[in-house]
Amino acid sequence: MIINSRFFNRSELMGFVALAAVLFVILPLTLDVFRLNLVAKYLTYAFVALGLVLCWGYGGILSLGQGVFFGLGGYCMAMFLKLEASSVENTKIQSTPGIPDFMDWNQITSLPLFWQPFHSLTFTILAIVLVPGLFALIIGTAMFKRRVGGTYFAIITQAVAAILTILIVGQQGYTGGINGMTDLRTLKGWDIRPDHAKIILYFVEVVLLFACIGIAQFIRLTKLGRILVAMREQEDRVRFSGYSVANFKIFAFCMAAVFAAIGGAMFALNVGFMSPSFVGIVPSIEMVIYTAVGGRMSIFGAIWGAILVNFAKTSLSESFPQLWLFGLGALFIAVVLAFPNGLSGLWGDYVQPRIDRLFASRKSKAGWKDNSVADGAPAE
Amino acid sequence: MFGDYSLGDLGSIFVMQGFAGLILFSVYVLMALGLAIIFGQMGVINMAHGEFMILGAYVTWMTSNLFQTYMPGLFGGYFFLAMILAFLASGALGMVVEWVLIRHLYKRPLDTLLATWGLSLMLQQAYRSVFGAREVGVELPQWMLGSLHVTDSIEVPINGVFVMCLTVLITVGVAYVLYMSRWGRQVRAVVQNRIMAGAVGINTEKVDRYTFGLGCGIAGVAGSAFTMIGSTGPTSGQLYIVDTFLVVVFGGAASLIGTIASAFSISQTQSTLEFFMSGSMAKVLTLLAVVGILMLRPQGLFALKVRK
Repeated sequence: MIINSRFFNRSELMGFVALAAVLFVILPLTLDVFRLNLVAKYLTYAFVALGLVLCWGYGGILSLGQGVFFGLGGYCMAMFLKLEASSVENTKIQSTPGIPDFMDWNQITSLPLFWQPFHSLTFTILAIVLVPGLFALIIGTAMFKRRVGGTYFAIITQAVAAILTILIVGQQGYTGGINGMTDLRTLKGWDIRPDHAKIILYFVEVVLLFACIGIAQFIRLTKLGRILVAMREQEDRVRFSGYSVANFKIFAFCMAAVFAAIGGAMFALNVGFMSPSFVGIVPSIEMVIYTAVGGRMSIFGAIWGAILVNFAKTSLSESFPQLWLFGLGALFIAVVLAFPNGLSGLWGDYVQPRIDRLFASRKSKAGWKDNSVADGAPAE
Repeated sequence: MFGDYSLGDLGSIFVMQGFAGLILFSVYVLMALGLAIIFGQMGVINMAHGEFMILGAYVTWMTSNLFQTYMPGLFGGYFFLAMILAFLASGALGMVVEWVLIRHLYKRPLDTLLATWGLSLMLQQAYRSVFGAREVGVELPQWMLGSLHVTDSIEVPINGVFVMCLTVLITVGVAYVLYMSRWGRQVRAVVQNRIMAGAVGINTEKVDRYTFGLGCGIAGVAGSAFTMIGSTGPTSGQLYIVDTFLVVVFGGAASLIGTIASAFSISQTQSTLEFFMSGSMAKVLTLLAVVGILMLRPQGLFALKVRK
């Protein structure tokens, strides 16, 4: 228990330092701006994966609708950027200047009411967190209060993802339809497209990611995190012990939604567009698989999973587009059948014990023994 | 919006729209029947169900090509052979999948979802490599083309009527097998209590394999029927999978009548709404209604009372 009173135990500290070193130092020094921007894109999924660790890995709630929250966050950000890009000077060739180009194409002559508040950056930032958070709260309350869980919850979140995609694609005039919102240019007059802006955005994103890691780690270590795990293992016992299981589930689901939304907003900033192809069922399930490959129980594992699977996707689909789907499919099956705890599970089983032994042998020379294998490689 | 139509025209439109809904209903029922067995009875979330259906569609397409090239005289009857072949092909693939993949995952339903999703990706890519990325359509025999004129203004397509008859036949067959036959009793026994079923001498592994195979085989027949009203592409299955799951969940997972009732209400709602608004909004409203009702009544329309 002494180990747990620290914010990070030793293996987690190593994971933290390694991730920080790679993201803050090694990648920016070795990659050109184009590749760094790709990493920034991968990292937006790491936010989602982080949320899924809390919600699925710890809470046991599999949501197949994280694309919804990723999309809501992304669209909030994109709406602000789009409005700024559609100033009256920029759009004077349109029949109605001052509204986004896709509205003009769809014969809409004035800005719809729900677009108006997105002129304000403060409102947009609040909306990025609050809109998906509230949406998750509504879904979560409706489902968990009625004790719907497990597979039913997964299918219903999937249906929600399908509904939102059809809605976005169908309402072209208000949302940009299947093409999404493209041609995003400036943030408060600051051009987000040139190289130096991409680098700055990358670092902003990494800092945000570490902030989210901190929050997730904090939740994990408090009593809240323990209740989540207990709930996953024996829901009835937790309920009989007097805890409101539904409220804890709603909390985990909302946290996951907010993390996903932050990722979506960073996606719109880094990549410069947002489209319904990041909202629907397929991307939502892919987000789950990043988490599963990295390790659903491990905060750092999931982030590595998001980076590595996307890296593999980019490099494989560049050179062997046919092989990629086979590879991805096989990866799904292998993760489920052979190593359910993902990469972090493999690390914990094979690599970590060796490192621990190394430390243990040094320490035993110094005359201080501890049972480091037990605390160094926790099952989670 | 009704100003341009006379009362008689309006009635005909509603009847024909209702009939379009009935065809959609048949496809939903056929797809959902297989899933109701796999998901409802066995608790396996088979995300590759649509791909089993598409396999049936491709088998039908190949059979029709074969008949066209070698036995043009018998072309009128190819469809019946194609359906049997589709059932066998999808069923066999289903049994292989059960043996390789699913049987390790009965205790982890959420993981079957991920694994079968991976399977569906691989199958899609396999179809794309073998049959090409373009959609294919089968040529219907002469007697299935055209439509029946019920009255002057109401006409119904013959292939639609055929699909509906097929649906009724298959549904009755499945109901008979599940509720009347010895094997159906074994299936239901294994689903309700695996350990006790094993203890009274039922070979649960074998029952599982054949049940999964039956579900997939019905999906294959559904795909075969699907070719008569639409074209088939490598990703067509994915378009229907969420709808199908919603049909099964909405009906109440373990209930066959529930599945049929929910397929009926969902398809009729959608095709009626399609008359008033764009197809996408009709779909959004229908799905929203289903999700809304499921939030109020999570156990679905017809819940089976089983002690867990």
